[in-house]
Amino acid sequence: MHSKVVMRKDINENRKYLIIGFISIIFLVILIKLFAIQVINKSYKTDAANNSIKEKVIYPGRGLFYDRNNNLVVCNEAVYDLLVTPNMISKKFDTTGFCKLVGVEKDVFIEKLQKCKKYSRYKSSVLFSQISKEDMGAIEEALYKYDGIEVQPRTVRKYPYSVGAHMLGDVGEVSDRFLKSHPEYKMGDYTGLSGLEKTYESYLKGEKGSKYILVDVHNVEKGHYESGQQDVAAQQGFDLILEMDINLQVYGELLMQGKKGSVVAIDPKTGGILAMVSAPSYDPNLLVGRERSKNYYLLAHDSVNVPLLNRAIMGEYPPGSSFKIFNGLYGLQVGTITPNTKYYCAGPEAKPIKCTHHHESPLAVVSAIRESCNPFFRSTFENTINSFSSPSVGLDDWAQTAKSFGFGTSFNSDISNAKNGLIPDSKYYDNIYKNKQWKSSTIRSLSIGQGEILVTPLQLANFAAAVANEGYYIDPHFVRYIITPEDTIAPYQNSIHQTKVDKKYFKYIKEGMHEVTLSGTARIYGQIEGIDICGKTGTVQNAGRNHAIFIAFAPMEDPEIAIAVVVENSGYGSVYAVPVASLMIEYYLKGEVTRTRVEKMVLETKLIQ
Amino acid sequence: MSRRGAVFGNVDKWIVAVYFILVAMGWLNIFSSTCGIIEEQTVNFSLSTDYGRQMVFMAVAFLCAFIILLVDGKLFAQTSYVIYVLFCLLLVAVLVVGEEVSGARSWIKVGSFSIQPAEFAKFATALAVSRYLSDHDYSKCSLQNKLLVYLFPLIPIGLIMLEPDAGSALVFFSFLIPLFREGFSGSLIVLGFYLILLVLLSFLIDKYILLGAVLLLLILMVVLLRRTRHIFRYAILIFIVSVATVFSVDYGYEHILQPHQKDRIEILLGMKQDIKGAGYNVHQSKIAIGSGGFAGKGYLKGTKTKFDFVPEQQTDFIFCTVGEEEGFIGSLAVLGLFLFLIIRIIIIAERQRTKFSRIYGYCVAGIFFFHVWINISMTIGLMPVIGIPLPFFSYGGSSLMSFTILLFIFVKLDAYRYDIL
Repeated sequence: MHSKVVMRKDINENRKYLIIGFISIIFLVILIKLFAIQVINKSYKTDAANNSIKEKVIYPGRGLFYDRNNNLVVCNEAVYDLLVTPNMISKKFDTTGFCKLVGVEKDVFIEKLQKCKKYSRYKSSVLFSQISKEDMGAIEEALYKYDGIEVQPRTVRKYPYSVGAHMLGDVGEVSDRFLKSHPEYKMGDYTGLSGLEKTYESYLKGEKGSKYILVDVHNVEKGHYESGQQDVAAQQGFDLILEMDINLQVYGELLMQGKKGSVVAIDPKTGGILAMVSAPSYDPNLLVGRERSKNYYLLAHDSVNVPLLNRAIMGEYPPGSSFKIFNGLYGLQVGTITPNTKYYCAGPEAKPIKCTHHHESPLAVVSAIRESCNPFFRSTFENTINSFSSPSVGLDDWAQTAKSFGFGTSFNSDISNAKNGLIPDSKYYDNIYKNKQWKSSTIRSLSIGQGEILVTPLQLANFAAAVANEGYYIDPHFVRYIITPEDTIAPYQNSIHQTKVDKKYFKYIKEGMHEVTLSGTARIYGQIEGIDICGKTGTVQNAGRNHAIFIAFAPMEDPEIAIAVVVENSGYGSVYAVPVASLMIEYYLKGEVTRTRVEKMVLETKLIQ
Repeated sequence: MSRRGAVFGNVDKWIVAVYFILVAMGWLNIFSSTCGIIEEQTVNFSLSTDYGRQMVFMAVAFLCAFIILLVDGKLFAQTSYVIYVLFCLLLVAVLVVGEEVSGARSWIKVGSFSIQPAEFAKFATALAVSRYLSDHDYSKCSLQNKLLVYLFPLIPIGLIMLEPDAGSALVFFSFLIPLFREGFSGSLIVLGFYLILLVLLSFLIDKYILLGAVLLLLILMVVLLRRTRHIFRYAILIFIVSVATVFSVDYGYEHILQPHQKDRIEILLGMKQDIKGAGYNVHQSKIAIGSGGFAGKGYLKGTKTKFDFVPEQQTDFIFCTVGEEEGFIGSLAVLGLFLFLIIRIIIIAERQRTKFSRIYGYCVAGIFFFHVWINISMTIGLMPVIGIPLPFFSYGGSSLMSFTILLFIFVKLDAYRYDIL
């Protein structure tokens, strides 16, 4: 049935001519178009050299950092990458000459070239990165001899003051892993790896631009494509204005040389961090340029000094006697003590916690702060905890109040990787003492800031700010403004946190803290002519030598700076931490230091190599 | 006259010769576009290179051709519906078990190779259409039977659109060519072209101005052809269809098309300049072809295609290599060979004794024509980027095998014509 023989007469047979005609016309149209672009139109072959259009990336400069007085803290410096297009490297390539020119070993060059080849033979990739302007001068002059090598300008960070490494952070090339989760980045891009560079990456990075360039077979540039009409300019990243006072930061790092520990200074009115020192530190310029990986290795493997650790936010210490300020406030708030409540102190014979200071007895809270009297605060603490229905309820209320001062939590701001510290609560002790066999006397170490409690220097400085403000603090933060072309953004200035202690109790505590520097534990190094400083020392017992702690704010009326100093394994707070803090306060408030004897003493104190 | 019995005696030498020339040229171009710079690399004919794998595909394709020439010519007409149903089921299967590659489920993995059922569905559909039309005289059959014919290509079109692979689906419109040959209304095809033109114009011209112009032309037509019967009725019908088309294009453009599809259309129509994004392929491809000039840069001397400027250079954009390395002369030769092949198929189709063979021939000619037309037009910016292969040139086993099978079934049918009494 299917194979019926075709009838010779077929009325539609003539349609074959229409079909053949139609197909021929379409082929003719294609041929004409081909003739037009291959033979007539010359724009596809600007000259005989077979130009191609190449996209050249223009990398933007990252946003700059200024301090609160408009000093340039982080800027950009031009460097150069040498790119290679592997298939352009001919047999005639003078490898020896090139290696000599760039200053690398021959096998390093060959190894790098192999890597680039693996990525692509026909696309350029980075052969040697971040060559300084000075080195590039000589290289560029001779580069015409080396086909397949080209220069790509980049910018890297420069730190004119060589300080603030921990908070500023560093910038590096994106890793393969990073690329997988951030498709908007391309290989060879830079990104902030830590600190503010990482936190503010989206503002700092800017927008890449591109240039379209005609190149010939030898990758030699022949001019702009369509006279640059398709080019897109790169957009510089947004600048940051920091809360930091760079001169105070420099001074702080100078004072902390030869010591382990940290200094955090906060403007209590804004929560802005004026200075954050973690010692031992390093020059942030070390992590820039060609030496970056070598230097990073050395820093990361220094297990004695651990310079990469930011102790100011990651170091957790018991606060020692500096925490008596809080316990005094808490007693007043709960009402177990009044400003006039006095407790006896038996001095060195006092039990269960002795007192190392010689002072009058009995004494009230103001004097107890001045003299850092252990028995007074032990009694206050135990009585306060016992005033609740159970130690658990009491301790939890105590912990909640401590947390309202920023202890035991991290702040909601641009500070990344900060540790929380530890404010133990009833659950914590229930875990340690099975069957809940613990009482206020079990945890009495907390009364003098010892025991399980841990705080960071940043939290201590914030605590000092909260006391200075008489009951509130603003989240400590680094960045005051982000400058965008349209707007000036102030990211963290409005987050006021009210503490659980009423304003009226702070004046007694402040009075006690003032007496600390006038006639108490900090009287020797804590006095500055014309400035009333409020402070509290702490000497934290631990396995090695004591940690010295001092928290302070000044001036007493209308405070402008709150500060916390921790010097690890040094000795008494009054000897090692107080002078550092008072010098910082003097420098910040007066702009100069007149107590050269104290300054000399601090500078000459070398506790580590 | 009759050389009944000889297996290869009646094979059309011209078609087979052109076939081998095209396959050889195809391989040479795949080699050129994927081998890199010859001095640096050893030529490697293993399965690790595209040109090495293409050699294997060629061997398999030749084997297929050989087997087809050996089997009984009756078999194709007899099994055509079975083959058709089989490949339609395969198109359903690919939607279920297919590998998703860049957003489309077009491939079924078989061992270390993947096959693309849409490619094979073409010859299956060609067999079924031929069988049905040979059993039912198109000019005389009922409307119902006519509509059934359209169903054969429409089922695979629907299934392939689900993958989705608009390019492969578009090729099935080539069955209009055999249908036209068998009596499908010419005015309907003209109307189709008119509507396509209208769609294109509606992107460029404001829809009310466009419809106004259509109205004026129709009035002119009615005035000029006032003697023709029902001319007024036709004019009104055309106008209503035009209005519906223009407004549905407007709606479809705003609500149905994906952004990248809009981009492609806008770039093709010159409404948008974009050498970085969607226009990149076409722009680079035009530069590559244009840079070939009259005589080309010489075999293996192309730089655009070698430097990875043109994406998909060994598959859908393989013609760039021809244009760049062999210039206008080479392009002319390739186009000439294809035109020769297609016209030769039509001429041979006309000398067939069975309607089945003749219609199948037209199906083959139509499919080749559509592929060459769309593929080359795309590389030179005459059509939007529609990803379909250039027969025998584009890298890929499925397309090479399906085109070989498609062509050699016809060669066999032709060689077998004397066996029909």
